[in-house]
Amino acid sequence: MHSFINSSRPPAYCPGCSHEVVTRALDKAFLQMGIHENQVVIVSDIGCSGLFDTFFKTHAFHGLHGRALTYATGIKLARPDLHVVVTMGDGGLGIGGAHLLSTCRRNIDITLLILNNFNYGMTGGQFSATTPQDALVGSGFLNQIEKPMDACRVMRAAGASYVTRISAYQGDLSTEMEQAIRFNGFSTMDIWGICPGRYTRQNKTTFKTIQTSIDSLPSYHGPVPENLREEYGKHYREKASTQKPLPTPINVAKKFPALFHDRKEILILGSAGQRIVTAGEILCYAGLTAGLHATQKNDYPITVLRGHSACDVILSPNKIDYAGITVPDVILALGQEGIDRKKTIFSSCTDDTFVLVDSKAEIPDCRGTILSIDFKGKKIKRQDMAMVALSLLAQQERLIHQDLLEAALRIRFKGATLEKVLELVRKSRELRS
Amino acid sequence: MSLTLLEGNEAVAWGAYHAGCRFFAGYPITPATTILNTLIKILPPNGGICIQGEDEIASIGFCLGASMAGMKVMTATSGPGISLYSENISFAIGSEIPIVIIDVQRLGPSTGSATKGADGDIQFLRWGNSGGLPVIVLAPTDVADCYLLTAHAFNLAETFRCPVFIASNKEIGMTRESIDLDTLALPPIIQRTTAPDKVPYLPFAAAGPTSAPDFMPLGGETIARQTSSTHGPDGYITVDPEVIAKSQNRLRDKLEASLDAFTFYDEHMEQGAEILIITYGISARSAKAAAKILSGSGTPVSILTLKTLWPIPEELIKKKASEYRQVVVIEMNLGQYIHEIRRILPDHSVGFLGQMDGNLITPSQIEEFITHA
Repeated sequence: MHSFINSSRPPAYCPGCSHEVVTRALDKAFLQMGIHENQVVIVSDIGCSGLFDTFFKTHAFHGLHGRALTYATGIKLARPDLHVVVTMGDGGLGIGGAHLLSTCRRNIDITLLILNNFNYGMTGGQFSATTPQDALVGSGFLNQIEKPMDACRVMRAAGASYVTRISAYQGDLSTEMEQAIRFNGFSTMDIWGICPGRYTRQNKTTFKTIQTSIDSLPSYHGPVPENLREEYGKHYREKASTQKPLPTPINVAKKFPALFHDRKEILILGSAGQRIVTAGEILCYAGLTAGLHATQKNDYPITVLRGHSACDVILSPNKIDYAGITVPDVILALGQEGIDRKKTIFSSCTDDTFVLVDSKAEIPDCRGTILSIDFKGKKIKRQDMAMVALSLLAQQERLIHQDLLEAALRIRFKGATLEKVLELVRKSRELRS
Repeated sequence: MSLTLLEGNEAVAWGAYHAGCRFFAGYPITPATTILNTLIKILPPNGGICIQGEDEIASIGFCLGASMAGMKVMTATSGPGISLYSENISFAIGSEIPIVIIDVQRLGPSTGSATKGADGDIQFLRWGNSGGLPVIVLAPTDVADCYLLTAHAFNLAETFRCPVFIASNKEIGMTRESIDLDTLALPPIIQRTTAPDKVPYLPFAAAGPTSAPDFMPLGGETIARQTSSTHGPDGYITVDPEVIAKSQNRLRDKLEASLDAFTFYDEHMEQGAEILIITYGISARSAKAAAKILSGSGTPVSILTLKTLWPIPEELIKKKASEYRQVVVIEMNLGQYIHEIRRILPDHSVGFLGQMDGNLITPSQIEEFITHA
């Protein structure tokens, strides 16, 4: 007779172990489905439930404790056509809790069989996430002071669209399994069974006590109406197909000559919201347009809307090795927070350093040419100060000139934003004259 | 010449895409997050998959599953995430699962400083797995290296069926830099190949004691088995010491025997130099800047920049150091790779310059150190 059971490695569990019953039922379920061994991947983890992949002649992936759902998710995303069945014990349920919750939330089309026998059988009967508080276990009294979890209730709350609680000894287990595997979404079965090797020795468990316990709890049987929704993989592929591909990175050819022939270090200092980082980027693009190499490093706190914003830019005709600033050639000091953040650098200024400073801000004593601008008095908005500062540099032909600035702006901005920025640059030209 | 402005992390993402990576899973962590941010825009519209796991363990788990189903996969994180990857890294080593892992290092230990750079994971990447078998670790110095070495990493993962790390650093990953994409010497891409039809297919049977087994994806016509347990060629648990030893040795030897083929390095050799600087990563750039100054002031110094850190290119190091009596190791930590260099060059005087304060080692620090060395 045809069977999915691996005849070269026939199932071998402790006598009386319910895993044996579940193994036979799973084989029967596959047979009932009329599928082939190579359409199935069994993903298992650690413990006695981790023997399943060996006992079947399907594709098999045996991984680490509690992580089976993560491997299964990767496999199913890569190969949506496969039937992916995960076997996991109540141990895997506990250690892989985060993965269980997330798989329920995702609703990917894999089937989870929890072989729930209320203890860690393989390591000596320690308590698990489902061990009753009155059970005698291999970890002393510890189970008495932890509340066991109801896996079905948890999975339903986490968004599982299919949850069944069932005894390993229920006559139609294979039919129930078939339904779960056929379900298009994350289907789960909490299968209660007997561990004769460890648990049952001290905690009387029979087919009957299992059924009585299940009957005393709320019933879970198949689709969970409030969680029914589109399958994750299909949904992913639908969404993915409508995403606009990221354009390949912009290639900037040299268009204009550079204004200098050595390395220049520029520091732009300000506060969140002043577009300091954007100004740095524009300066880099201006450099690229002049055939220069560029580096940009930004420094801002986790509160992106509050606090300092500082940007180091280096432009050089040669490849840039050290990307830090030691002797600044230009400092645009546009906000107090950024100035305070980098205050030590001002002592490295030389007579050749050019410092453009907002008249409202205070900078430490330093050498060099200092140009103070009353941005507020000239009605320049906070968020426009950095752009205006770049425009002033271009007017003075320091580092960049008008053509480079405009070319950089055309790389960085498009459409209405570009027009607005170009207008701002034009206006700031009048500002100086 | 035309230049492109990319940060190191973006270059990793594009390099991966170029190399055929079509599956990425990651968990947000500064300074690695922009790899995820870039790939979510590259992969899905191009038929690939990019997902965010519930944690780092799930992220690498997704990758291992997808890799065994036949896809080229990558994940990216920083030190704290590498800690969480550890058990799955061991899995990928022992069970020969191709995967590229990016570590954009930040200042540790532990949570450390999210936005400060360091090269503090260099020994951790090598030894942060149970079993202690070798891995491949490549260290970029700049944005171009990020692109290039990521492409190489995918080829190596395919060839040797093992995890390949890129030991990046916040100072490279989050620094935007000009890069000439047209002149990048990208390697020809090695595609995932599958085993020739053999009956029966043995998932871990390798052609020789230094080769990786032929790959067969889960879900193909032929049944494939993958397991994290100690296994024989058939992919089933084995307790036979001879089989176990053979397989463990092969896991080591497959990398070490071919090391020459993937020993990447740069050298800057100056005539008359008495000192050889051995360095890697971002510090190599400070060393270069320092060498220029030193050369000008009449103290020429040579530099060997290692881009393959593990397995250690011992022969290369010995050969390059043979002309020098004095070696200085520069790295952005309190001393990690230095121990390897001292072991390899017992007859050399080996000095050390390192720091862990979130700042780059500056050219002037190096200049001063060398001058007084």
